[in-house]
This record gives sequence, structure tokens and C-alpha cells, in this order.
Amino acid sequence: MTFIPKPKVRHPSLPRNALGLTRRDYEGVLSTLCAGCGHDSITAALTEAIWGLSLEPQNIAKLSGIGCSSKTTAYFVGGAHGFNSVHGRMPAIAMGANAANRKLSYIGVSGDGDTLSIGLGQFCHAIRRNLNMLYVIENNGVYGLTKGQFSASADVGTKAKKGEQNQQPPIDPVLLAMSLGASFVARSFSGDKQQLVPLIQAGLSHRGFALIDVLSPCVTFNDHEGSTKSYAYTREHYEPVVNADFVPFEREIVADYAAGESLPVMMHDGSRVLLRKFAHDYDPTDRVAASAFIQERQKQGEYLTGLLYIDESQPEFHDVNGTPDEPLNSLPFAALSPGSQGLRKILSRYR
Amino acid sequence: MPPTDTSHPDYFHRVVDCQWACPAHTDVPEYIRLIAQGRFTDAYMVNRESNVFPGILGRVCDRPCEPACRRGRVEDKPVAICRLKRVAADHKDEFHDQLPPVPREKNGKRIACIGAGPVSLTVANDLLPLGYQVTIFEQFGEPGGLMRTNIPSFRLPQAVLDEEIGAIVGMGAELKLNHPVKSLRELLGRGGFDAVFVGSGAPKGKELKLPGREEGAANIHIGIDWLESVAFGHLKAIGREVLIIGVGNTAMDCCRTSLRLGAAHVKVMARKPRQFFKASAWELDDAEEENVEIIVNRSPKQFVIEHGKLKGMLFDVMEYDIDARGRITAERVAGEEFLPADDVILAIGQENAFPWIERDLGIEFDKWSVPKVDATTFQSTRPEVFFGGDAAFGPKNIIWAVEHGHQAAISIHRHCQGVAVTERLAPGVNLQSRKMGMHEWSYKNDYNPVERRLMPHVSLKERFKKLNIEVELGFTAEQAAAEVQRCLNCDIQTVFEAKLCIECDACIDICPTDCLTITADGDEADLRTRLRAPATNLEQALYVSAPLKQTGRVMVKDEDLCVHCGLCAERCPTAAWDMQKSYVAWPHAKDQPAKCQPSLPKIA
Repeated sequence: MTFIPKPKVRHPSLPRNALGLTRRDYEGVLSTLCAGCGHDSITAALTEAIWGLSLEPQNIAKLSGIGCSSKTTAYFVGGAHGFNSVHGRMPAIAMGANAANRKLSYIGVSGDGDTLSIGLGQFCHAIRRNLNMLYVIENNGVYGLTKGQFSASADVGTKAKKGEQNQQPPIDPVLLAMSLGASFVARSFSGDKQQLVPLIQAGLSHRGFALIDVLSPCVTFNDHEGSTKSYAYTREHYEPVVNADFVPFEREIVADYAAGESLPVMMHDGSRVLLRKFAHDYDPTDRVAASAFIQERQKQGEYLTGLLYIDESQPEFHDVNGTPDEPLNSLPFAALSPGSQGLRKILSRYR
Repeated sequence: MPPTDTSHPDYFHRVVDCQWACPAHTDVPEYIRLIAQGRFTDAYMVNRESNVFPGILGRVCDRPCEPACRRGRVEDKPVAICRLKRVAADHKDEFHDQLPPVPREKNGKRIACIGAGPVSLTVANDLLPLGYQVTIFEQFGEPGGLMRTNIPSFRLPQAVLDEEIGAIVGMGAELKLNHPVKSLRELLGRGGFDAVFVGSGAPKGKELKLPGREEGAANIHIGIDWLESVAFGHLKAIGREVLIIGVGNTAMDCCRTSLRLGAAHVKVMARKPRQFFKASAWELDDAEEENVEIIVNRSPKQFVIEHGKLKGMLFDVMEYDIDARGRITAERVAGEEFLPADDVILAIGQENAFPWIERDLGIEFDKWSVPKVDATTFQSTRPEVFFGGDAAFGPKNIIWAVEHGHQAAISIHRHCQGVAVTERLAPGVNLQSRKMGMHEWSYKNDYNPVERRLMPHVSLKERFKKLNIEVELGFTAEQAAAEVQRCLNCDIQTVFEAKLCIECDACIDICPTDCLTITADGDEADLRTRLRAPATNLEQALYVSAPLKQTGRVMVKDEDLCVHCGLCAERCPTAAWDMQKSYVAWPHAKDQPAKCQPSLPKIA
């Protein structure tokens, strides 16, 4: 970390988005994470992506649990709503908030411990409900805040800083989400913003649960020789398989992509995601085949990255439950409260 | 693009924009930090090392450093570098004990300097500590040259001049006042001098030959001569209506001096529109604050004389066509205008003149009667005769004269020791880390958003009461304390070690001005299009690393808007970035290699 905050001074010719804001306007408070933490890069990618989408800060809700990762919601979009919940319970808070106000953009930031250990149950049910949110896992394979014990995503055989090897098999959030019926599954790397920024933008435009598992090296406890989640190891073993180019609603697609190589996916807000495949036999719209391919490559020790699976047609939580379009706080009292007569009617159903 | 060669002394020197722009290469950030610490005498001595006259230049320097200042690009106003120099000079304690020691026994070489202006004084300043005997010939009764005769005392008080000139004369220069050199042949023939340095300035004001010039001569003055007469008290009054022809810095001094000698209305007449003015912006401001009227697009046509006396001047009213790039493409006369005047002062430029140098001494002159002088060594075609200051290359300003003096002193030193004047010591740069601890640096790295302080002035009512009331009061303690924090410490360099980088992006994410990018290598034009923020200032270098270990990409830093906050280095987990102070070693006569050092006797 640093002890002086990033000064407000900025490059005088920074580009401005549709709201007239620069990316500096989307920053949060001073990060207290270790210098070189992958999480800080993800924060920067989130800042860049949200700025690029011209989201209004007051229309964003940031949610997190406990852990190094969960501190990071404070470090971007200072003007947004935020909720730092109990360990592993971020999905429940997101659920409640989303149920009450579907107009906000929900950004959950969690870690491998917060998601795959203490919060695993909550995570699974958020996917099952296809809750409309972006869920970012800052995945470093260790419990950083408690001095670097293996987490549930540590690979078999990976070495801790003092040398002991991990024996237990990891939980892979990507495969887990695929098997639970997730509608948007991606993996990326904190050190590759070119890939990560459009993925975040696509995830925010996706209607439903968008998972991005971001490999985010822990520079203090997991960036040594023998670790499978160090900067160097990740760079050697990560393989971009589907590139997602995010095309905002206003912009026409002018770039010509070789036919068959690119696959445009129309998002619900009118924007488009252009999928460019690096592996010809990979199909990011076929859940079974994609899962098999990911597992195949994982056996060879490769992390497949990119937008691994997408299905825009899956109904999200509000579709299934027939909830009102408008946020509850904007509904008239009469519509929100059934009144004593209405209450009697409801109760009579259970008599 | 090949990795940036930071071992070249110019690379880090250029990053320190002010120091690079300063002809004498003053270590500006270093002295500003010393002021911040309240070490005014040390700040003064850092200045004196390169610019010799901090008190004088702190008031009247042409300030090439300020337009160059990085702060002026990051915000819009540069650091008030010149004003801070004056702060150091105003608040210093006794400094004479810190001047270089002068050996009691001399090295036997004698140098004659012609003219006691800034350039000759600098030559003396550099050579006296090496054991030379320096004799300065001055035509007037007081030393200082144009600093004394042409800069009015309400801008530069006599006491400041006397102190700083006194420091050099006190080192043992033999000052021969009221000794105009009438013949160089005579001086050379007299013998006894191993080298002669000509620092006689550009003492000839340009003439404006128009009808009526001769009839009106009594009321038409050459600016620099007129200022000189005022400076020596020969002239104490001027008419009520005064016209100044020309709009350079001399014109500004003339119009403000006129107001102090009793003029009621002073108009400065400019041929061209304001953007073509030669005067420094702040000098124009100061004149206009005193209600001097500046009239543009008036070309002098005729001096109007009635009954043998000047009545005024006739001007052509000019019109100009100016293209998109601000150049004049056409001009025409749109009319005529008469302006009444009791006196007219011509301030349209000045030239050097050498009626006292015989043309058969082996000193070659070109067709404009300007001596042929080597731009590096300042040597003329006669090996023992050197030129510097305005005498060498025409009118510039004091800070240039000082640098000419330093360079000429090196040449004279080498010449007298019998080594080639051309084989000079090259400049160098030393770097020293400023890291003190985990996140501690031995400089204040936090960016301070405070705005440029304004110089307080004596009130308009008070300042005209006497000719020599200094208008600028100098910064108050509070102003100085705020202004020093505006310096970006550009000499605390960001130094990158490619082999340590793990490409975590921490530096890129934290950089407040988006200077940093890790990207695939390419040529410079291509790289400039692929950076985090536009890198359109081609004057400023890209700092490109060797290929990085993990991906083979390169780290690129656009030097343009770096605020030297050191956050890249604070955030770097592997110390690939470090903040290092650059010391630019700009050689002076005393630094020349030992083989040309005279064997100096021990100081008693």
C-alpha cells in the first residue's frame, strides 16, 4: 500500500465518457492492499469498464463480504452505493437489494475464500436464481488476510510460501457455475486488462448472473516459485480461448471479423458482445461441450480464459417471480401495502 | 524502439525541464527544496554555483525556466521559480565564508576582461579561485554593465547589485573603473596579459532614421542611452507626453522610468499586434498596471517638428492578415495618425559595436562587423582573445551572459594551461536513490494543488514618490512556503529496472497522470498512439524499457506530465521503479581535468 492517496491531479487530455466524466472520476479511496496485489489491477479494470459504460455512480450498488478481495469495493466508484456484508453472505444481501430495486447495476466482489469456502452455499443459490448481477471472484488461492493458508481454489501440488504442498483438490468456480446452470461464465487474469475490461462490460450488460473468475496473484503469499497462482505461472498457463469484444449500444459494428471466427451476441440492453474464438472447436454457447473442453484443458494444466459460456435467453430472477418493473421505493403506498382488507383476504387463503 | 539510454547525461537532464531550459543549468528543484527547509543560504549557494547572481536574477531574469516548467503543463501556471530565487537571496545569511577559496599565491597568469558586466564578472568568478589574476576594465565609474545602466533601480536596487558584484571583486579581481579601452591594439601591445576577454556588451541602441529626427534631436532619445543617463543621475526629468517606440523589455523599462521622472501620459507604440510583442508577459503586465497605454498596429512615419521643436509623431495605421498558424501573411497601411509628444524614446533594439578593435589584429569580423566567435569555446580567431555575453552573439539576457562567462572561463583556463580549448570535459549525471524506508522518501512527494502565488507590489500611490522604490516586495514567508510546495521535484527521477518487473500493473493503476503503459514494443510514432493517455507532446521523451521478463512487452513512460509523486515506486512490489535524485554535473573551469589544473599552493 501507499501512505499518500493518489493525488487528484490528472492528465489534462484524459478522454471523457458520455456523462462528461474521466476515469479518474470513477475512482474510490486509497487502497490498503499490498503493493502489487492483483486485486488492485482488477479494481482498475472495474473503474475503466464502468467509466466506459458511462454508468452513473448513483445507479451502481457494490457488494462484498470479507477478505482482501472484499475490501476492494471501497476502491472504485466512490459515489456508488455499497454494502460490506458478513463473510460469505454477500449474495444474500445482493438478492435482497436486487429484489427491492432492479434498476441498479449490482457489482459483487468476492474472493476464493468468501465464495468457495464460507459462502459456497450462497454462491450456488445466487447462480440458481440467475440473479441479475456481476459477480467477480478475485481468486488467488490463499487466505491472504490470515497470512497465506491454502484456500479452496488452491491446486493440488501447489506450494505455500514456506514450502508445504497442497493435497486437497480445488473447487473450480467456473465448472461449478457451468454445472449449476449459470448464464454467463468467464475467466480472466488481473494482469490482462485488455481481456478483462470488455468482459466486465459484457457482464454488466448481461441480464442475469454474470460470473467472472479473475486469477489475481497474491503478491505477498502466493507469488513464489512452485505456486500455481503466481504472476509468472499464470502467464505461462493461461490460454485465451474466446475473446469478447464489447460493443456499446450506440456504436455500429464496423470492424470486419472473419466470418465464422466471430459470433455476435445481442445483449438485452441493445449492446453486443462479439466473441472471437481462438480455438475453432470451442463453442461458448454449448454448455456440455464447453464444460468438457474446459475440463480437458484443465487436466493439461491450462487455464482457459475469456467468455467461456453465454446464454442471453435464460430468464432472470425477476422474470421468474413476476416482480414489478419499478423499484419498491418508487411504488405508491397503496400498491406496496395491501391494507387491512387485503391482508384479511390473503390470510383467508390459509384458513 | 531501442530501450532508452539513460546513461546519456542528457536524458535525465531533459526531464528536469527548468534546469534544461536554463542556459546556466541551475539546479532549480534542489534549491527550491532547500528553501522549503528554510536553508536559504544553502539555496543561495546552489544558485550561485551556476548563475552567480541569484539576487539580481531573482528579480530581473528572463526566466526561460518558467515557460518550460512541467507544472505549467500539468496545471496552467508554472512554479514561480524566479521569485523563489529572490526568496533565497533575500533571506540568506552571511555567505562569503562559503565562496570558493582564492589562493594567496597566484599561478602567474593574468587575464584582462573588458567591461564589468555579468559576463566578465562570471569569468572573474570562475578564474580567481584557480589562482588567476584578473583585471577588469570598465568605462563607467561603477561596475555592473547593463545591469546597472539599463535596468531601473525600481526593479533592481543598487544594494543588490553592489552586494553580488562585491562578492566577486572581493575575491581579488582588480577593477579599473573609468578605464574605457579605446584600442585593443594598445591593450595587447602593453603586454602582461595571457588572455583577453571581451565582455563589452551590446551598447549601441538602434537608430530610427525618419524625417524630423535631426531637428527634434533634443527630445528624441535612444532608450538604452537614456536609461543610462537616468541611472547615473544625469537626467532627472522628462516631458508630460511621452511616446516609446518599440515594445521589448527595454521599452517597458523606458515607459515606467518616464512615469517616475514626471511624465503624465506614456504611450508605448507597437508596429504589430500583441502576440508579436518581444517583451516578457510579466513586464507588460507591470507596465500596464502603472497605466501605461500600449497601442498596437502603429508604424512610425515621421517626427513632427514645429518651430524647431518636437510636437509629436506621425504613424501609419497598419492592418495585418494572420493565418491559422499565427503568421503574418500580408500587411497594409489603413490610415495615418498623429500623436502629440514632448519626448520620444526609441527602444527598438541594440547591437554590439567594436570601434575600438582594430581590424588588423588577427580577429576576424564578418560582413556585419560582428567578430567570428566559436559557439562552444567563445574563442575568436586570435587564440588569446575570447568574447562572451552580448558582445559575442548580440543581445540576449543576463542568464545567457553568465553561461557564456562560465564557458569562456573554461576556454581561458585551458588556453593558459596549454591544452586544447576544444577538448572540454563533457557533462555528466549522477543518480542517488531517495528511498528511506518502505514508503519513505527523502523528499516531499505528495502533490500539493496550491495555486501560483502573486507577487505583492508597492501601492500605485507610493511607488512613484522616488525613482528607486523597488516595486516588487518579494514573497512573504507564507507565500514562499506555499510556492515551494508547487515544485514537482522533477529532478527526483523515476528509474526503472526491467529485470525486476513482474508486470503486476500496480504502477500503471496508481499513476495519477497516466504516464505509464506496458505494451508490445513498436517504433516511437506507433507507441505514442498506444499509451494510456495521449502522448502528443513530441518535445518530451518516451522512456522505454528493455523487454520485460514474463511477456517480452515493454514498459513505456511518457515523461511529459509525470508529477514525480513516486507512487509508481511506492506501489512497486519488487522495487523495479525507484526514485533517484539526478545531479547534473555541468562542468565549470574548476572541474576541468587535473592535467590542466595549475598546481595550487596550499591556502594559508
